Amino acid sequence: MELTKKIQHLTDRLNYIKDIFAGKHQEDITLLENRLNELKECAPQNAEEMMTALDELFIFMEKKLEAKLTPMDKVRIVRHPQRICLKDILENVYDNYTEIGGQDEHTNDPAVLIARAYITRRYGKKTYHQSVMVIGHEKGHGEEFRNGGSAKPWGNAKALHYMHVAETEGIPIHSFIFTPGGDPVEEYPGAAQQIAKNIYEMAGLSVPIVAVISEGGSGGAEAFGLADKRLMLSHGYYSVISPEGAAAIEGRLKRGERASAELTERCAKNLHLTAQNNLSFGYIDKIVQEPLLGARPYHYDFFRTLRQEVIRATDEIMLKSNGFSIFNFNKLHRLQNPSVNLDETYVRWHIKRSMRSDLIEERQHKFLRMSRKSYINRQSILGALADTWAEQWREVYNRLVYDIYHRQRKNYQRLREEIEAEWMSFKHKTSKPFKNAYNKVRRIDTVAEEELTTLSKWEEEDSRKNAWKWVSPRAKEDRAVTCTNSATHGCIDLWAPDLYNEFAGVCINCGHHFKMEYQWFMYNCFDENSIYEFNNEWEAGNPLKFPTLDERLKEAREKTKLKSACITYEASLDGIRCIVAILAAPFRGGSVGAAEGAKLISAIDRARRKRYPLIIYSHGTAGIRIQEGTHGVIQMPRVTIAIRRYLRAGGLYLVLYDTNSFGGPVASFLGCAHYQFAMRSSNIGFAGPAVIKNTTGIDVPPDHHNCYKALSRGHIQGVWDRRDTRTNLKQALLTMGGRNLYYR
Amino acid sequence: MLDITALLEEIKQHPYTDLSIKTPHTGKIEFSNLKEGDKVTDATGEFKEFPGTKIAVITRENNPRFIHACQKGIIQKLHKEYDNGFVEAGVEIGILRHFLTKEEVINTILQKTLHLFLAPERAKYYFIPDIDTKVKVYGSRSVTVTDGMELFIVSRMKREVPLRYTGPNGIIYQVYFSHNQNVDVNQPLIGVCSPDQVETIEDVVSRVNHEWKEQN
Repeated sequence: MELTKKIQHLTDRLNYIKDIFAGKHQEDITLLENRLNELKECAPQNAEEMMTALDELFIFMEKKLEAKLTPMDKVRIVRHPQRICLKDILENVYDNYTEIGGQDEHTNDPAVLIARAYITRRYGKKTYHQSVMVIGHEKGHGEEFRNGGSAKPWGNAKALHYMHVAETEGIPIHSFIFTPGGDPVEEYPGAAQQIAKNIYEMAGLSVPIVAVISEGGSGGAEAFGLADKRLMLSHGYYSVISPEGAAAIEGRLKRGERASAELTERCAKNLHLTAQNNLSFGYIDKIVQEPLLGARPYHYDFFRTLRQEVIRATDEIMLKSNGFSIFNFNKLHRLQNPSVNLDETYVRWHIKRSMRSDLIEERQHKFLRMSRKSYINRQSILGALADTWAEQWREVYNRLVYDIYHRQRKNYQRLREEIEAEWMSFKHKTSKPFKNAYNKVRRIDTVAEEELTTLSKWEEEDSRKNAWKWVSPRAKEDRAVTCTNSATHGCIDLWAPDLYNEFAGVCINCGHHFKMEYQWFMYNCFDENSIYEFNNEWEAGNPLKFPTLDERLKEAREKTKLKSACITYEASLDGIRCIVAILAAPFRGGSVGAAEGAKLISAIDRARRKRYPLIIYSHGTAGIRIQEGTHGVIQMPRVTIAIRRYLRAGGLYLVLYDTNSFGGPVASFLGCAHYQFAMRSSNIGFAGPAVIKNTTGIDVPPDHHNCYKALSRGHIQGVWDRRDTRTNLKQALLTMGGRNLYYR
Repeated sequence: MLDITALLEEIKQHPYTDLSIKTPHTGKIEFSNLKEGDKVTDATGEFKEFPGTKIAVITRENNPRFIHACQKGIIQKLHKEYDNGFVEAGVEIGILRHFLTKEEVINTILQKTLHLFLAPERAKYYFIPDIDTKVKVYGSRSVTVTDGMELFIVSRMKREVPLRYTGPNGIIYQVYFSHNQNVDVNQPLIGVCSPDQVETIEDVVSRVNHEWKEQN
């Protein structure tokens, strides 16, 4: 019986090797197979001896193959049904746990598992149970209902809910990331919107968060990944996109076509998605070493290592957050020693209320410091120095003006208003009898009467008087254009000079908005000569040396005369100064990489320092620039953190979508805005129809991502006509910004 | 009374409809590589999001517009003499022969043989409770309708009013509406025929189902 079990175990190990190497290293695999067959057929008296020899052979081969692991092999490892899952971790890393987010398939999203667990530590004769909130993706061991660990929006919402519970209870959060990516369903609360909400909220959670990454697939991973400490399993991957997805894009495959194995393998290598790569980029803090060819549920030593690492990470955060003391310093020093058994030491997992803001501040700064060298900055040293000086001066000036002078002025104004109101009330009461007597004898003022009894006149709000300052070059073409809705709405053909000039790219019959250049928004919506562009020397680079990206970037630069997909500038709207950032679709589809992220953060910071409203106009974005790998995906939490800091400082942030906006930006810094609007005929979503078809097999209707659908499910707050953008923007600034426009 | 068998024979003689492909407006026309006898398809995809086979491109004021096949079938005729020339609006540039499917044949027969009672307004329609029970238990053909009989409940915006059937007496052969679904104005609600016609209709429908060979 024992022998049968051992043979079965070796068979499972062999099948695992076959699966993860997908047809490679056939000689080694055949050797193992033959020896295993020999063992199965040998006489029982020789079996024990052969078993020992075969076991050693397996270890030898696994060592040999471990050295030959490619990034794509690692991707296959983390997706294998024999891979450890969150339930294995709960069973083996924690001393006790209770699932609280549902059980198995009896939950709103079986791909997300929530548990209250505790770790028992013994120090001297005392035993301490230290509670944690465990949140993570559950892939299971091949259970279909787990959806491969792809969390649905409501699964992410559930996770966020329990993060807040942990915050209320003041216990740390351990988040385990085992996801190939978020499930791209748009139903409420919406895939992108919920991920954005998770990132935004995690940036401000006042309890320590430790994230452990096994399979970190893009936005799905970011929904749980904004942590104080980010550990990564040595055989895991963390990437902006799956290698198959990258291969589909790189190979320009059509719907239904599959990428070749070589192309997928090449993409996995080029994406630099392994733990070692991510550690060198600084996007994770530590690698947790796994056994040969990846951890499986019977690797109990690995669970012990993982337990030590999560304890160490939590201890470190606690000690660093609770301020400097000689005791903390000693304990921190001891933690650096890898041979210390942390089960036999004790650090109190409690953060003083007064230190919680420091914890948040430290987490935010940690992310803001990342990926600073992943783009090209052609600004001269003198220019950079001048900018820094100007920023510092502005900081001091604003502190004096807004934090000291304005606060006092407001207090004085409030007092003056109260006194005035009292005086007016008194005056009205005392003068009323005299006024009544006077009104009876006075002559009726006909002009005043007319003014009060007739309708007011239409105010000329728009100073442009029907002439656009910037007109699309397409208006010079002598041709007619057919509206997309002509078959259903009976729209007549429009003459291009009319359509792209006077009509502002809007069909006069059905209101369909044709795509328009980003310059239209830039020059027609703001006051003339008020635009001052900054950081235009910052240039999109190729941090991963991704093949052909340099040529493609060069081509984009020549075609668009832009250096990145992001344009940042200061402008005035009827005298209201604001900071505007544009994601320009013509430059690599408006994709966001390290340069775009840095420009956005700089613009947000500028808006915060200057106390200006911030407008991000998504002319179009295809998502995160996949060729930059994790340098791109890390912009999601980075920019969202910057937005959070800006909003917490009292800023007013508006987002305006145009054409097509998808992917990471919508699932982070765009989607987290409190006020989001869309131009008519625009499309907003997490993943496009082709990606949805590839990942879920569902065909979505052509209007699935239409802005009105986003409005119906509460993602955006309104749909605007392009011709009214300026008026609507001003209205939004006045109504949402209140009296002070930008500063509460 | 309509001879249903003769009607079927007539359809069998011409198991297709010839659709004229006309230009939507004036312009210079350029045919695609199609030739007479080629198969074409109509719009495909779950939401008909992929247009049918491209037949020609008509360009007016530098604005090229595609003319796609609106039905599945074969190209019976193409007026290639117009190729690369200027055409007026509404000019026939070809004929598309669409072969009738089983459903289309059955629908044609039923529409000619049954009396269709049409919806007077866009609303949700239900049978009155007695009839509804009878339809659910014994099927629609167990219900005999007479002129002026109260048969439906019209439900719109929480307003429910009875609706009387008008037309020849007979039995309900076909119900065209479903529960809780809106029916547009002038869409058929029920198809009524005389009891002695039921057997013949059923026989013809069954023959179509078994014998009709779809040519597309």
